Amino acid sequence: MGISVSNLACERGSTRILEGVDFDVPDGQALILRGPNGAGKTTLLRCLAGLTPPAGGTLTHDTDDVAYAAHADGLKAQLTAGENLRFWARVYGSGDIAPAADAFRLHDLVDRPAQYLSAGQKRRLALARLTLTNRPIWCLDEPTVSLDAQNVGRFADAVRAHMAGGGVALIATHIDLGLDTARVLDISQFTASADGTEHDPFLDEALS
Amino acid sequence: MSIWKYANPKKFMETSGWLLPYVTVSAVVCLCVGLVWGFFFTPDDFRQGSTVKIIYLHVPSALMAINAWLMMLVASLVWLVRRHHVSALAAKAAAPVGVTMTLIALATGAIWGEPLWGTYWAWDPRLTSFLILFLFYLGYMALWEAIEDPDTAADLTSVLCLVGSVFALLSRYAVNFWNQGLHQGASLSLDKEKNVADVFYHPLLVSIAGFVLLFLALVLLRTRTEIRARRLKALLRREQTA
Amino acid sequence: MIPVLQRDLALAVKGGGGFGLGLAFFLIIVVLVPFGVGPQSELLSRIAPGILWVGALLSCLLSLDRIFQLDFEDGSLDLLATSPLPLETLALAKAAAHWLTTGLPLTLAAPILGLLLSLPTSAVFWLVLTLAIGTPALSLIGAFGAALTVGLKRGGLLLSILVLPLYIPTLIFGAEVVRRGADGLATATPLLFLGGITAGALAILPFATAAAVRINLR
Repeated sequence: MGISVSNLACERGSTRILEGVDFDVPDGQALILRGPNGAGKTTLLRCLAGLTPPAGGTLTHDTDDVAYAAHADGLKAQLTAGENLRFWARVYGSGDIAPAADAFRLHDLVDRPAQYLSAGQKRRLALARLTLTNRPIWCLDEPTVSLDAQNVGRFADAVRAHMAGGGVALIATHIDLGLDTARVLDISQFTASADGTEHDPFLDEALS
Repeated sequence: MSIWKYANPKKFMETSGWLLPYVTVSAVVCLCVGLVWGFFFTPDDFRQGSTVKIIYLHVPSALMAINAWLMMLVASLVWLVRRHHVSALAAKAAAPVGVTMTLIALATGAIWGEPLWGTYWAWDPRLTSFLILFLFYLGYMALWEAIEDPDTAADLTSVLCLVGSVFALLSRYAVNFWNQGLHQGASLSLDKEKNVADVFYHPLLVSIAGFVLLFLALVLLRTRTEIRARRLKALLRREQTA
Repeated sequence: MIPVLQRDLALAVKGGGGFGLGLAFFLIIVVLVPFGVGPQSELLSRIAPGILWVGALLSCLLSLDRIFQLDFEDGSLDLLATSPLPLETLALAKAAAHWLTTGLPLTLAAPILGLLLSLPTSAVFWLVLTLAIGTPALSLIGAFGAALTVGLKRGGLLLSILVLPLYIPTLIFGAEVVRRGADGLATATPLLFLGGITAGALAILPFATAAAVRINLR
């Protein structure tokens, strides 16, 4: 299974951000995506998750195998942490939320409305959702934002457990997660040449 | 040789640039001939007097009001299926022309209605349908204006145009059902034995041709403007990101 | 579909605001009309079917922008779009939740508000029946409009301009049935048309709504 991408091009709005993206991540492996702000990490992850259609190239994986986690936590402030988790468990057809809550030490918080959680607690709640999806490919966009060192460790454990089960993880992050086997890929090498506008059909000189 | 060739902005600009003067001149000629002939060289109607002559503006504009929407529908479908930028921009360009035609049809209808029915406005099914069509045009144009990214705007307005067409058609029948109306039957129709009398009919055909050509000329011109505006936007973005 | 429906209902109940606001708006419209046209009950009774239908339609409009906007802002729409739930089903669930929190309460409250406008008793049954049949179409059309404007910062006014013309056929047939019912005329034809619109909207609009959401998330 795994994930294999060849010559992928991604656009944001109508501007080409990335092109010629090539990488393979076999089962049980993780790939850390690095690159300066605006390099296109989010664009790439949204494309891999099937939210943005690729502008070129091929993806071998089924986007229905991807569990995506964005910058935003996607939590409902009026619902409790437990209700939030249970909602996603039902959407994904997975049973008990206890293991997911355990992995991120959320059991004391399950009855607390999400609006009274701290930023780090919300993040943990959002990450706990991933383990409920039972999907083999994780595409994570800056998952460790607002997490303290201890919880970064718990998150790394969750990723390791996911990989041990044959899962794949693509993680855009700037910090060291302590995942020894993970490969690091600098995506700034795939930045679309020049300014990313030469694919614009309206830049043809003959139009002037 | 395929029609899709013209979907390329460059090819479209070349062809439309060459075509535009001819279309414009023939539109002006047809309109002048049709309207002068209709206004000054046809007899007055025995009941309506000279008011009947507004038909040479009313009928062609009403026709084009509907045809402009149909053209937008086809262009939207082409954009959704084949993703040709010119098609989306042509749909965008046609909307203000269509809404103007709708307004002309409504205004001339009101002016014609006053001597005939004794009122500028009646909730007659035909008039009401045009008012509804006007609202649909407004929504369509407002959506184009509101969305920043041109491709997203093209996609969303195309979906709106498709759904809107279904509901516009539905409204047409709903309105018919709602009020039977005062409006005379269609002035022109293919399945009728006899349309309006020949003396009125021939100049009317010429003004209709004039309106069709005028619409074509305006849409070509506006599509060219839209293409240039897109080019300007792309150039500016290249400047900013370089 | 059921989890989303239940979540949206729970949010509507807990979130205050949305739920009940439409109902209050409906009440206010109905109270304002006699101030505008005068208290003569024969006049009110004649225009009551129209006022009640227009009022229900405007009240429906009030909560439309929340259908997708809140989920878009907090990021759950992205997550729902990547979940096993097809967006078409999501669109249907969202419209259903909107109807249960807006259309259904309006339908149930309409007879009481009809009293204020001296709605003839013979028309009450038809009013409730047409609102029950027609308001689902209003929610489905509204969800489509909400999907079109979900990416916009201030889409509320635009949403009204897009959606109101689409409401015209539903309004015409709905109010027509009530008018005919009040006069004791045959109602079958407009009633069937009204049902047809709702059935057609149910069949087609979730696809258009899903397409619009997909485009906006790109």
